[in-house]
Amino acid sequence: MNVVVCIKQVPGTTEVKINNETNTLVREGVESIINPFDTYAVEEGVRLKERFGGKVTILTMGPPQADVALKDCIEVGADEGILVSDRAFAGSDTLATSYVLSKAIEKIGDYDLVISGKQTMDGDTGQVGPGIAQRLGIPFVAYVSRVDDISDGKMKAERMVDEGHEIVEAPVPCVMSVSKEINVPRLPSLRGKMKAKSAQFTVWSAADLGIEENKVGVAGSPTFVMQIFSPKRERQSEMLEGDSAKQVSALYDKLSEMKVI
Amino acid sequence: MDLEYFLDEQQKMIKEIARNITEERIKPARAELDEKEEFPREIIKEIAQADLFRVFIPEEYEGFGAKCLDSCLAIEELSRGCCGISITYAASMLGTLPMILFGNDEQKQKYFPKIASGEHLAAFGLTESGAGSDAGAIKMLATRDGDDYVINGTKQFISNGGEAEIYTIIVLTNPQKGVRGASAFVVEKDTPGFTFGKKEKKMGIRASATSELVYHNCRVPKENLIGKEGTGFIATLKTLDGSRPGVAAQGVGLGQGALEEAVAYARQRVQFGQPVSSFQAVQHMIADMATQVEAARLLLYGCARTIDAGATNYTEEGAMAKLFATDMAMKVTTDAVQVFGGAGYCRDYPVEKMMRDAKILQIYEGTNQVIRNDIISHVYKRKAMRP
Repeated sequence: MNVVVCIKQVPGTTEVKINNETNTLVREGVESIINPFDTYAVEEGVRLKERFGGKVTILTMGPPQADVALKDCIEVGADEGILVSDRAFAGSDTLATSYVLSKAIEKIGDYDLVISGKQTMDGDTGQVGPGIAQRLGIPFVAYVSRVDDISDGKMKAERMVDEGHEIVEAPVPCVMSVSKEINVPRLPSLRGKMKAKSAQFTVWSAADLGIEENKVGVAGSPTFVMQIFSPKRERQSEMLEGDSAKQVSALYDKLSEMKVI
Repeated sequence: MDLEYFLDEQQKMIKEIARNITEERIKPARAELDEKEEFPREIIKEIAQADLFRVFIPEEYEGFGAKCLDSCLAIEELSRGCCGISITYAASMLGTLPMILFGNDEQKQKYFPKIASGEHLAAFGLTESGAGSDAGAIKMLATRDGDDYVINGTKQFISNGGEAEIYTIIVLTNPQKGVRGASAFVVEKDTPGFTFGKKEKKMGIRASATSELVYHNCRVPKENLIGKEGTGFIATLKTLDGSRPGVAAQGVGLGQGALEEAVAYARQRVQFGQPVSSFQAVQHMIADMATQVEAARLLLYGCARTIDAGATNYTEEGAMAKLFATDMAMKVTTDAVQVFGGAGYCRDYPVEKMMRDAKILQIYEGTNQVIRNDIISHVYKRKAMRP
């Protein structure tokens, strides 16, 4: 069971600042952390390795400093890390990013499962996981909350949907995104920290992956951010008068009028 | 300027890992575990997964070198969160020590890897109803019968009792010789004739398991003898020498935890229109607490480094560290409750639990009265001189 886990570094803050001219995130002066949703993906990868054998490879696209995130993953049980880094990638949107990551996964070659977090904390789109699956031409299973079994070329898992849970079966290799219900990520171990201290990571550039330059960076990213703003929360309230029977009846009329019942 | 403790890289890692467990797992769970007197299985699993049980095991047996200061750092950081949890870790170390010191290679091969991985906890059984501070008064017997020994009697107040897989106990193989007839044995859980008596209901460290070990014609092979017949009492003394710095580390961690709570509360509690931290009465109290914690820590680290440097006789130093750090913990936790005032007396805040937990540190692994006896005999022997 060789697992590739895709992770992203995000600003480690809840007070995200936006550059109003470029409409992109201000990253200067903000400590980077692994996207919290991705930590569940790393943990699941390590658990699957412990159950079925094999190895866990962490894949991330980002600036050279992103190797810190790879070290963090080694501390909690991952085996190796690959950093995909090139100036040409700067400004890539989810379409371009999933293209780059899929090329990297193709180059890794020997994999049974690709795992990602359900979405990132900064972009919040949840598009890169399915994007990778589409490019690789393999199935995508979203919001997995439990992996029951992987055998005979099939994965059986439980995924979360709005109405409850679904039990699904997918051929492997496949891509899955995990929800935070799937596990509790472990804390770093002493052996992990020692391994991370001396860990060396493979770095792949655009040329290493045979990337078509017009498909990455700002030029290869059709997403255009027009404006970023915090939505205003608006609440309307109305007090109903009279005894409870009268209030219930008035409430019923209002809800019927709003077509919610 | 931060005080520099000159820790090596491994020690810094151990400290960081244990601190992480305290912040992420122990602090959110400690109040409920205390309230329900629940054994912290999940947290022990996390401590095991983080390789902390490997710290007190020698390298040849899948450990990280069994350095005294390394173990003390782990215990200190865990105790900053909860002594009821750190005792389970420290008692496993205590139960392993007789074998580290006197066990043969076969015993170490057989038991250490699983203690290192945390799959098995260990425990140490010395105290009996008639033998506490007077450890030489133990009565439990192991009688040789062919290639076996048959063990009978009851051990009392045993930390990790019922939870541990591996028990090292001190019993008499030759009662005529008194303590010179004492021997150490390792007994595995589930050995026929070995059961557990009542689980104690304690004032503090309530997340830990403390129970009686009951042996009724419990038969163990002669391979379970640790060292030789008659070396049990020496093994006991050396084991306690090795474990007392660990109790001191509990005191330092607990004192540190209480100090942090007191400072945080004093800064946000407003009386007479200002935070109570601005009153000199509170400031002096906290200054004393901080000084006491630091003094205990430096005494402990000095002692642990002496041991790691290869000292062969460190009874006095270990005893001093245990005495000072645990009396400090009692004082500092009591003062922390005082800084909190009425709120500190209530279970909504962690300091009342810390005060209850502190008391046992002055009692177990040698009451602080017996500890003073150890110290004075050494002070007189060396005529109070230091090189």
